[in-house]
Amino acid sequence: MKVLVAIKRVVDFNVNIRVRGDGSGVETNNVKMSMNPFDEIAVEEAIRMREAGTAEEVVAVSIGPAQSAETIRTALAMGADRGIHVLCETQTEPLAVAKLLKAIVEKEDPGLVILGKQAIDDDCNQTGQMLSALLGWAQGAFISKLAVAGGNAEVTREVDGGLEKVSIKIPAVVTVDLRLNEPRYASLPNIMKAKKKPIDQMSPDDLGVDVAPRMKILKVEEPPKRQAGVKVENAAQLVDKLKNEAKVI
Amino acid sequence: MAVLVIAEHDNSELKPATLNAVTVAQEIAKEIGGDLEILVAGEGCGGVAEAAAKIAGVSRVLLADAPELANQLAENLTPLLVKLASGYSHLVAPATTTAKNVMPRVAVLLDVAQISEITAVVSADTFVRPIYAGNALATVQSSDAIKVITVRTTTFDAAAAEGGGATVEAVDGAVDAGLSSFLGQDLTKSERPELTTADIVISGGRGMQSSDNFALLESIADKLGAAVGASRAAVDAGYVPNDYQIGQTGKVVAPNLYIAVGISGAIQHLAGMKDSKVIVAINKDEEAPIFQVADYGLVEDLFTALPALAEELDKAL
Ligand SMILES: Cc1cc2nc3c(=O)[nH]c(=O)nc-3n(C[C@H](O)[C@H](O)[C@H](O)COP(=O)(O)OP(=O)(O)OC[C@H]3O[C@@H](n4cnc5c(N)ncnc54)[C@H](O)[C@@H]3O)c2cc1C
Ligand SMILES: Nc1ncnc2c1ncn2[C@@H]1O[C@H](COP(=O)(O)O)[C@@H](O)[C@H]1O
Repeated sequence: MKVLVAIKRVVDFNVNIRVRGDGSGVETNNVKMSMNPFDEIAVEEAIRMREAGTAEEVVAVSIGPAQSAETIRTALAMGADRGIHVLCETQTEPLAVAKLLKAIVEKEDPGLVILGKQAIDDDCNQTGQMLSALLGWAQGAFISKLAVAGGNAEVTREVDGGLEKVSIKIPAVVTVDLRLNEPRYASLPNIMKAKKKPIDQMSPDDLGVDVAPRMKILKVEEPPKRQAGVKVENAAQLVDKLKNEAKVI
Repeated sequence: MAVLVIAEHDNSELKPATLNAVTVAQEIAKEIGGDLEILVAGEGCGGVAEAAAKIAGVSRVLLADAPELANQLAENLTPLLVKLASGYSHLVAPATTTAKNVMPRVAVLLDVAQISEITAVVSADTFVRPIYAGNALATVQSSDAIKVITVRTTTFDAAAAEGGGATVEAVDGAVDAGLSSFLGQDLTKSERPELTTADIVISGGRGMQSSDNFALLESIADKLGAAVGASRAAVDAGYVPNDYQIGQTGKVVAPNLYIAVGISGAIQHLAGMKDSKVIVAINKDEEAPIFQVADYGLVEDLFTALPALAEELDKAL
């Protein structure tokens, strides 16, 4: 089967986030950008499926500005076969992303779509579930294990109480959690090879999707800052402070 | 119009997270001058519905009791919620893994956005939500007809669990979507309080070095009546199960006292605990970023500090 992977270009997880002084958002100029870490796990899983013979082709899709093509190149260097770039200069909400992905799924006809569970910029945790419902497909959200066999996939999901096992019908949408795998680094030869792999570019109009946001961002602020407190010498002093000063034990 | 809260439960017990979502729903209901209702969907969950009916301020409890809903499978819950949604201006659920699994499905089929993990209600259409691991707070206004909202439970007080007298009405319409089936679960068993509602949380990180060493934390947790949590590194290393993870992509906690042991304080971890009232850090590296948010810092090897702490607590408590 064909596997489609959705990858988002986000501010790198190591960057110290700065809120713009005018409250319009978070500073993204001259800031290191990377593939959303959950999406690296998604790409890795798809490549492993191809290596194991469960998948024939891995297609990486990203929706975003011109630079998102770089993120697709990263996926191609990891081992994805080709890319699809939906050029979209404005911020897209999960609702719009899900609609765009649905249109692509209808063209590509994959057996499985793999997404990250959460983009670490908007922290929405919605897109995969939305895509699955739009397609009328089964979903395995927040998975730490995936086994595809025949017309089904058995998934292990990370839930609040521990783990849950569900069998889902294929085609399906899954969203990956941190423990699913450890993504590989692209090797130099593979980075070179990736330059020749094709990336199709299209627009939301080509896909017939209205991406107008439903949410207006009125302002973006810094959260209240915590002050560093005091250092204590030893456990005895700590217990004394907690009991008699903070009064929390 | 009315506000519908989706109850979090395990068919036998109403989970406290529901009460935090009710508080949000009460604020919204007051804004719009509407009623507040609760949906209990599951199997054999009549007792949960009765508990929900006692919550102060609730006017009606809808009970969907059907085998198809037993395991809260997203594919089966979605059509029921979509069907009910037209009667409401707001659907509100606590941001648990159950709601995160199903609510986006409901939103998209209603062709509306979901507003994830709100931390404040500004008005009936405007909410505050953290982005970038809580390093920024966005105030967002929704233009959608129905607002689908999940609630960060730690930032809202729990509504009174008693004092209400709502009616319970059965609703039908549960279907088996035929897409998924539940195979089983492996839930972490613990006598300790639940992480997200505990008054005291003690967490271990990579510095704990092994699963066995977590016993050092557990013995202190038992003395304090605390819950035990962990950093991602400790979970990834297999020291503790996944449901211990606190942070941007794990659980969010805000106890009276949070004790971080052998945790460096990466922003992804801070995102899950920096709203705790009092933070204690125990770490042998005095440069560890966790000390920048700690009210009390102890720079010491944890294998010295924890046994000493246990001893001092025995004396003091
Ligand atoms: C997409 C993504 C999501 C993430 N989500 C989360 C999340 O939800 N939660 C989370 O926690 N992390 C998360 N992380 C990981 C995060 O970035 C850090 O890697 C992680 O929090 C580090 O865990 P740690 O502090 O236990 O380990 P380390 O950073 O390795 O720190 C270990 C600390 O222990 C101290 N130490 C070691 N030995 C001793 C000793 N004997 N005595 C005292 N101190 C000692 C060291 O000085 C050090 O400060 C995420 C990362 C990514 C990319
Ligand atoms: N602009 C985008 N392009 C491609 N994939 C995306 C985009 N936005 C979100 N996704 C996918 O959806 C997942 C969840 O994102 P979110 O719902 O925004 O938290 C991400 O991990 C990606 O796999």
